Parts: sequence; C-alpha cells; structure tokens
Amino acid sequence: MNFKHKYLFLLPGLLVLLAILIFPIGFTVRLSLSSWDSFYPALDFIGIENYVRLFTDDARFWEAFGRLSLLSVTTVFLQYVIGFGLALIVWKEIAFQRFFRVLFLIPMMTTPVIMTVIWRTFFHESLGPVNDILSHFNVAPLWLSSETLSKFTVMIVEVWQWTPFMFLLLLAGLLSLPKEPFLAASIDGAGPIRTFFYVTFPLMAPISIGAIIIRLIEASKIMDTVYVLTSGGPGTATETSSFYIFIKGLREFQFGYSAALSLTYLIIMIISFTIIAKLLVKLMVRGN
Amino acid sequence: MRVLYTSLKYLAVVLWSIFVIAPFLWAVSTSFKDFQSVTNGATYIPWVDFEPNLEGWRALWKSPAQGGVDIVEPFFNSVFVTASGSLISIILGTLAAYALSRFTFKAGFIRNGDITFFFISQRIMPPVVLAIPFFIMLGKFSLLDTLAGLIIVYIVLLMPIAVWIMVDFFNKVPVEIDETALIDGCNPLQVFYKVVLPNSIPGIIVAGMFCMIFGWTDFFFSFILTFTEVQLLPVAIVALNSSITPWWSLSAAALVSVAPLVLVAFIVERYLSKGNLSGALK
Repeated sequence: MNFKHKYLFLLPGLLVLLAILIFPIGFTVRLSLSSWDSFYPALDFIGIENYVRLFTDDARFWEAFGRLSLLSVTTVFLQYVIGFGLALIVWKEIAFQRFFRVLFLIPMMTTPVIMTVIWRTFFHESLGPVNDILSHFNVAPLWLSSETLSKFTVMIVEVWQWTPFMFLLLLAGLLSLPKEPFLAASIDGAGPIRTFFYVTFPLMAPISIGAIIIRLIEASKIMDTVYVLTSGGPGTATETSSFYIFIKGLREFQFGYSAALSLTYLIIMIISFTIIAKLLVKLMVRGN
Repeated sequence: MRVLYTSLKYLAVVLWSIFVIAPFLWAVSTSFKDFQSVTNGATYIPWVDFEPNLEGWRALWKSPAQGGVDIVEPFFNSVFVTASGSLISIILGTLAAYALSRFTFKAGFIRNGDITFFFISQRIMPPVVLAIPFFIMLGKFSLLDTLAGLIIVYIVLLMPIAVWIMVDFFNKVPVEIDETALIDGCNPLQVFYKVVLPNSIPGIIVAGMFCMIFGWTDFFFSFILTFTEVQLLPVAIVALNSSITPWWSLSAAALVSVAPLVLVAFIVERYLSKGNLSGALK
C-alpha cells in the first residue's frame, strides 16, 4: 500500500526526535575532541588526546565496564530464570491466580530510586530489619560497606525491581501461544518436564530473546540504584560505567573527557548488543 | 510426585510474594515511627514494638522551613511532565508507527526497518551520555529548570517505547481492514482515524501505560536538568536521603509516590488476562 501523504504520518515524530537529538550527539562528538573542564571551559581542539588517555591510562573506566557486564549479565539471567518460572506457574491454574499476577507486576511500576531509598534503610547495617533478624544467628553482614557484598545488594535490588518486566513479557508470550502443540504433546504422553523442553521453551525462544535483549539494554544503564544505594562505593566496588561517566562529567566537570568516555561506551554497547543478539538467536534456535 | 510439584509451586510463589511485599511493609511501618523508634534498632509492629504517630505523614505537606518535605508541588509537577511527555510521544509515535507498518519508505540504503531501529535504538543511549549536551542545549534556550525543558527530554525517552509497541501492534492488525475502508471510499487519512485508530485502542493504552511507567519512574534527567524552580517527585524524595535521613517522612513520601502506578499494575493484569496484551507486546 502506498500513498502520497505517507510522510505526514512518519515525519512529525521522526523530525521531532532528530531535532532534539542532533545537537546533543553532534555536540558530544565535538566535545570529546576538546579539553573542556572546570579550569578551562572552552571548546578548544586537542584531537584524539582524550581517547588516547581513555585507552592507555584509565583502568578505572575498564574496571567499571567489567563490573557493569558482570552485574547486568548476572541480574538479567536471574530475572529471566525467576521471571520465566513465575510466569509458568501463574500461566496455569493456581489459587488466587490474578492476585499473584498483579502482585508480581508491582515492583516494575515503582520508581527505582525511591524504592532504593527504602532498600537502603532495609539493608541498613545497624538499624535495618535484615540485620536485626540475622542478629539472632549472630551474623551482621555489611550489606552496603563490604566490597563483595555491596555488589550482591545491588543485584538483589535490581532483581526485585526488574524481574516483573521479564515476567510480564514472558507471561504475555505464554498466553499468546497456540494450543495445538500442547494437545499433541499430551496425546503423545509427554510429562510436564518433557513438554517444557520440547514444546514450551522452543515456542518461547523468540519472545525470550526479545525480552532478554530489552532487559540487557535497560540493565546496561544501571545508575540510579547505585547512586542511591552505595554511591559507587565502598571505594569503587559498585561503580558502573554510567556512574563513572557521571562522576567524571558532572562531579569533576571534565566535560571533554566524559564525552569521550560516553561515545566509547556507546560504541562498545552497540557492538556488544549486536553480538549478543546474534549469539542468543543461534543458541536458542539451535536448541529446537 | 504430583503433590510434591504442587507444594513446590506454592512454596515458590509464597516466597517470592514475601520478597516483593517486604520493602513495602517495612516502609508502611517506618512511616509511622518517630526518631526514637528508628534509632533504637529495628522495630516492626505498631503498638507492640513502638508507639505509632503521624509525624511522617504530616511532614508531606509542610514546607521545608517547618521541618517538612512538601511533596505536593513535586507530585503535580511529576504528573504534568509525565502526562504531557506521554501524550506527545503517543501521538507522534502512533502516527510514525502506522506509517512504518503500512507504507514503504526508501531513501538510499535506508528502509522501513532501519527507521524503526533508529527510533527504538534511542533506548540504548544511557541517560548520562545525553545529560551534559542537554544541559547545555536547554541552557541556551533558557529551558533549564522548567517543565517545558523536561517535557522535551521526556519525548526522547518515551517516543521509542511508543513506536516499539505500536509498530508491533499495527503489524498484527490485518491490512484488509484498511483496504476495505479504502474501497468504501475513504481517503487514507480518514482510514486512519475512522477505522484504524478505533481498532487500536488496546495497543495505544498499553503503549500509554509503558510511557507512564518509564516517565514517572525516571530520575536522572530531572535530577540533572532542574534545580530549585521545578522539582519532580523522585528528586524531592532522594534529596531526603542525606546524612540525617528522616526515615519516617521518607517512607511516607515514597509510598505516596509509588501508589499511583500500583493502580497501573491492576490495569496491565486485566489486559494480560483478557489476552489483549499479547497482541500489543511481543
């Protein structure tokens, strides 16, 4: 189908988006080639010096990136497994089915920073309920100030917040599956476990891939949670890429350098998502 | 075997429910506490563990000068920015999604798929990448610290979501509907708003809910781009999270800010159970 006014539909949205974005992106590119900081706030031209510094002399950026990869891959994996499990359970008959469906959706409706403020009081090392209960067993884990445990706390909060999103996408997928393959499987006498691995999981593969990629994209932006929960600390133990760029740009006001960080980070992200998407398709579709 | 499976199932559901509810229960309990019952270690049940009072809730509409929090204005700022941003994004996004789903576009090597990807790929951009240029750009147009400036930024945040959901939705609405209407003598513009639009209400509602969720829960842009004149709810509440945190008013404020969207969970579930959501979400 085609008609001459088709641009009337497309262009308003496209132009608005381009108009808002063209300056920020162009400006970031230009900024990354300058040494703009709080001492010298001007757009000079220093070539690729910022990029050289980033690749040769900034271990902290790469550590933050490694930490981010660990955090996002682990949390998205947990969200997928738990979300799929919960979706499978409330997909079939269960007491209070609709109540549980609503309840499992609620965390994704809440504002991450605000719930993180609550989580922070929840995991408070001397006044919070978690350590109060654990004190009966004579342990007092340092949820927020231990290097290893603080990463774990960030993961708990992320899993709480975003498993519902995975749950929603997967449950919507399960509810849209055709009935025939399941009938065929039950006629063939397949039990629940075999039905899952030979019917449900393969049928859900495209939806799973979509959901995992969407979540990975969102998870790669982890920053609000870290900002409120630990401020990247203790030390740099929970610092993610976004948070590091935020510190360089809006705390230390090294605008030029943080622009170079942003662009490098963005390009790494686009490349990794393309690779991850291809890998996931290969992995899950070959499983059939 | 069957009994074991059923009990495991219920165990999993109950455990997860406790995990989901725990922070809310803690916040409800904390919101009725005072300084004493917070700083003397964890307490849980009102009247048993501590004497409840309404200080935390009263603080919500007192001005900061009186030791309050005043989240009334930030609340309505948040409502206004989220609603306007979502509305503009839905209108522009629905139009663009319809075009991308029904018509063919070609410009050099660019095809429909590439344009759709351009829209959706905006979600990959971490907010921090855009924050500094937005800061400078809004400053140039003196839109820093204004509602209008935030709405502009929210369009970038929300339009990709609207386009993503609506392209999928329109792809599932049979083209025959459009064609029949064309044969009946409508022009393509009439086809859109007389035939296609009424049939797309479920998709638009789902897209609208997602825009509302991601708009309402955003923190970073309002944190960077506003200071004193305009404050959104998340920023106002996180500002309480300082060295001496008033846990009681913090909890009360958090519950107020979370409540409106919990209602959205009920709507989403209704759509889910009626099977309308699977058409709009892929």
